[in-house]
Amino acid sequence: MSAAIKKRSLEEYKAQEERLRAVWANPAGWRYWTSVNNFQIGLWYSSAAFAFMLFAGALALLMRLQLAVPDNDFLSADFFNQAFTLHGTVMMFLFAVPIFEAVAIFLLPPMLGAREMPFPRLGAFSFWSFFLGGIFVCGSIFFSAAPSAGWFMYPPLATDKEFSGIGADIWLLGLSFIEVASIAAAVELIVGIMKCRAPGMRINLMPLFAWYLLIVAGMILFAFPPLIAGDLLFEMERMFDWPFFDAARGGDPLLWQHLFWIFGHPEVYIIFLPAIALMAMIVPTFSQRPIVGYSWIVLAAVGTGFLSFGLWVHHMFATGLPQISLAFFSAASEAVAIPTGVQIFVFIATMLTGRVIFSTPMLFGTGGLAIFVIGGLTGVMVALAPFDWQAHDTYFVVAHLHYVLIGGMLFPVVAGLYYYYPLIDAKKLSDRLGRLAFWLMFCGFNIGFFPMHLSGLRGMPRRVFTYPAEIGWDWLNLISTAGAFIFAAGVLVVVFDVLRPKHREPRDELNPWNAGTLEWISEPEEDWGVRSIPIVRSRYPLWDQKDLAREVNEGRCYLPDAEEGRREGLVTSVLDADPIQVLRVGGSSHVTIVSALSLGAAFIALTFHWWIATAMAAITCFCAVIYWLWTGTGEIPEKPEKDVGLGLSLPLYASGPDSVGWWAMFITMVGDGTAFASLVFGYFFYWTIHADFTAGIAGPDAIWSLLAAILFAAAWGLMVAARMFNRRGATATVRGLLVASLLTTVAASAAGLAAPWSPGMDPMRHVYPAIVWILVIWVLAHAALGTVMQAYCLARSLAGRLTPKHDMDLSNVVLYWHFLLVTAVITFAIIGLFPAAM
Amino acid sequence: MRLIPKEIETLWTLFTAPVVWAAHFLVCYIGAALYCAKPELIGLSFSAVRAGIAAVTLIALSLIALSAWLAWRQWGFGRDDPPHDDPTRRDRTLFQGFATLLLSGLSFIAVIFTAMPALFLTECIR
Repeated sequence: MSAAIKKRSLEEYKAQEERLRAVWANPAGWRYWTSVNNFQIGLWYSSAAFAFMLFAGALALLMRLQLAVPDNDFLSADFFNQAFTLHGTVMMFLFAVPIFEAVAIFLLPPMLGAREMPFPRLGAFSFWSFFLGGIFVCGSIFFSAAPSAGWFMYPPLATDKEFSGIGADIWLLGLSFIEVASIAAAVELIVGIMKCRAPGMRINLMPLFAWYLLIVAGMILFAFPPLIAGDLLFEMERMFDWPFFDAARGGDPLLWQHLFWIFGHPEVYIIFLPAIALMAMIVPTFSQRPIVGYSWIVLAAVGTGFLSFGLWVHHMFATGLPQISLAFFSAASEAVAIPTGVQIFVFIATMLTGRVIFSTPMLFGTGGLAIFVIGGLTGVMVALAPFDWQAHDTYFVVAHLHYVLIGGMLFPVVAGLYYYYPLIDAKKLSDRLGRLAFWLMFCGFNIGFFPMHLSGLRGMPRRVFTYPAEIGWDWLNLISTAGAFIFAAGVLVVVFDVLRPKHREPRDELNPWNAGTLEWISEPEEDWGVRSIPIVRSRYPLWDQKDLAREVNEGRCYLPDAEEGRREGLVTSVLDADPIQVLRVGGSSHVTIVSALSLGAAFIALTFHWWIATAMAAITCFCAVIYWLWTGTGEIPEKPEKDVGLGLSLPLYASGPDSVGWWAMFITMVGDGTAFASLVFGYFFYWTIHADFTAGIAGPDAIWSLLAAILFAAAWGLMVAARMFNRRGATATVRGLLVASLLTTVAASAAGLAAPWSPGMDPMRHVYPAIVWILVIWVLAHAALGTVMQAYCLARSLAGRLTPKHDMDLSNVVLYWHFLLVTAVITFAIIGLFPAAM
Repeated sequence: MRLIPKEIETLWTLFTAPVVWAAHFLVCYIGAALYCAKPELIGLSFSAVRAGIAAVTLIALSLIALSAWLAWRQWGFGRDDPPHDDPTRRDRTLFQGFATLLLSGLSFIAVIFTAMPALFLTECIR
């Protein structure tokens, strides 16, 4: 009898496993590339980012060859400009930021005990956008069309078409496209970390990697949008001659510097924190003990995240701002050393209290931190305005930033590569090659970059393509070049170690380093992430919950099956990770690739002013996204609840703040609101720099402005009413309200357009009409999107996909309208009333 | 009326003190930058700006002190020591309290850092 039950349960177990495997399987053949699995996307993403890094590294070697000896003519001045611009741009935008998104997409689901990220198709979209944008930007150098005005693109040089050519457009549009990808990744990460942790993984048990990534994703939301706003202004100036940065017509190049560095400085920490997050996983494993001072790490991550936003002006110390402004930023720049130092001390304490195993990952990690500390110390030096005035734009700064970024980011990432490689292949990388690579890289780095401190102090400016002999820079530069090549040799050893065939090596055990965190129970051969979703009771579940790995892999925990043939994961509560919903996520699809490629095509066509092609690509992208939403989101499940195992039954549908979609909308709109705030900042910035910032030009009509604001408020009210009536089941009323709101929005937009139109404001004449127009266009574009959403909800209602109980679409759209209301009211109040009030 | 807020269950309280720091930083920076760009707008002297910075600094420090006290309460007035890594609601709350307390400390110091320039600078020199 019991033997029969055992046999049956074994059969049942096999059947469950087969179903689960089939559901999560990757497509075969060329369709493999339509996969949206986090494992694949993470792998492609990081491989692409690494390839871009090697490309940018090769450019650096060319530059070092050119600078090796004085009066060299190996590279032309123009090519040198393109090389350093592309080197910085690619390293920052195509390697440092995306590599962490890649690693996070790869690692987070298994680490949190989740099957997938909450929006796998968004992750795939993000990857394809990044990949296409990256190829476009990198490829430009082969046509001698690469950007050449420095990675921060300062106007007036970069706005001057004669000096900067098409390269600046490639930079602006290519990178805007990649910034979209970053924000998509941020949405995915925040929702994933807040809502998709394994049951029981309370916030005090969350792996530190997740803490860091949560903070970093939040930082992206506030750091990237100012740059997107800046890109918009910049491209309007280049394309249509709106004088945002042209001093002759009231503009100011400094506004670009503000917007760029509000992005640029937090970005340094957006790069640094995830790398440190890898260290926070590696150090406990190789000290074979829990981290000392978990809460202190959380303090450091959150503290750095905030303080890093108070540093941007320290890139502008030499621009003649009032000294008191400089001093505020100098003070914050000193203060950020406190949380940064805390993390280092936490790592040291963990190592001191454990038994340290000096493996290859630890070697890279500690070596990198040593380099980073040196860079941090020179950072404290240049954070002092008087010292910065001496060192500004010299090789001292070049040395400082490479010490910070290579020590604080590249070395820990290589440490992470050696540590996590067994998750990809079930085999370790070679220890011998790893150590060789480390010593080559460590020595090469210091030989290459330390002398730059000295050449900088001897007055060598950045970005010069050559220099005369006899001013005392030649031998320092020669040493730097030698060091750079030793460093590159080390990198090549790592590349060789990763690429060499390993099929003859035996498969390693599942958790080769005896680590304590959940990612080490996932089997590289399987695509399902975890066989079943465990209940977590410790920060290091594999150390403290002895039977966990067996129970998970025997399918004894949550969701061991896929009866309905759908990809499913759990949604849990934010603080205590109580299971609250079963989330069905999208599977392999072409639509992500089509959307990303068509969006990319629109950006590329825009670069070359091919208007028809731009419009066609944009329409394709629009249709693809609508198709994606219609077929892939807000689906009404076949039953309200589902048994997830262990005697628990959970709902399959949620809307409003309980749903992950609502959070995604909220997070996206926070980013969007930040971009809008940056434009408003621009408006007031122009007001402060001029005695009369209207330059005597008649401002927008106050009546039209007021009317627009009122109509937008009315449209918003109708949307809120629609949501309310929908919940009461008054379907016909809801449809009527949606139509009424749509028409009101159109009327509001017309009134908004009339505000600057009726007095005949010409945006090319002066910066005042230009900034007014850009604010109005911002609102109108959002209103247009708002009407699409209203029409979409109407269509969903007519198609029976939006019902009183299943109102996720409507509730997300109303959330969008909350933000739109604020945007519209602020805009029209400012443009209509502020000039009169002054 | 209740003077001291009740204990609430949300992740957001963690960020109270840093948000106060950010607000204080922005007020100081924007205030001083505005004054230096358009001194005639307010019609006051630079010492008034410095006094204003002193006032907002005091407000910010008091708010952070309040957030620290609330965090201390959430941490059970320090009766338990970290690491707070038990899988219980209680330990989760204690962890939140302790982390919030640490962040309040950092924000307190950072606010003082930000305010210090106003001690030394007496005019809008460029």
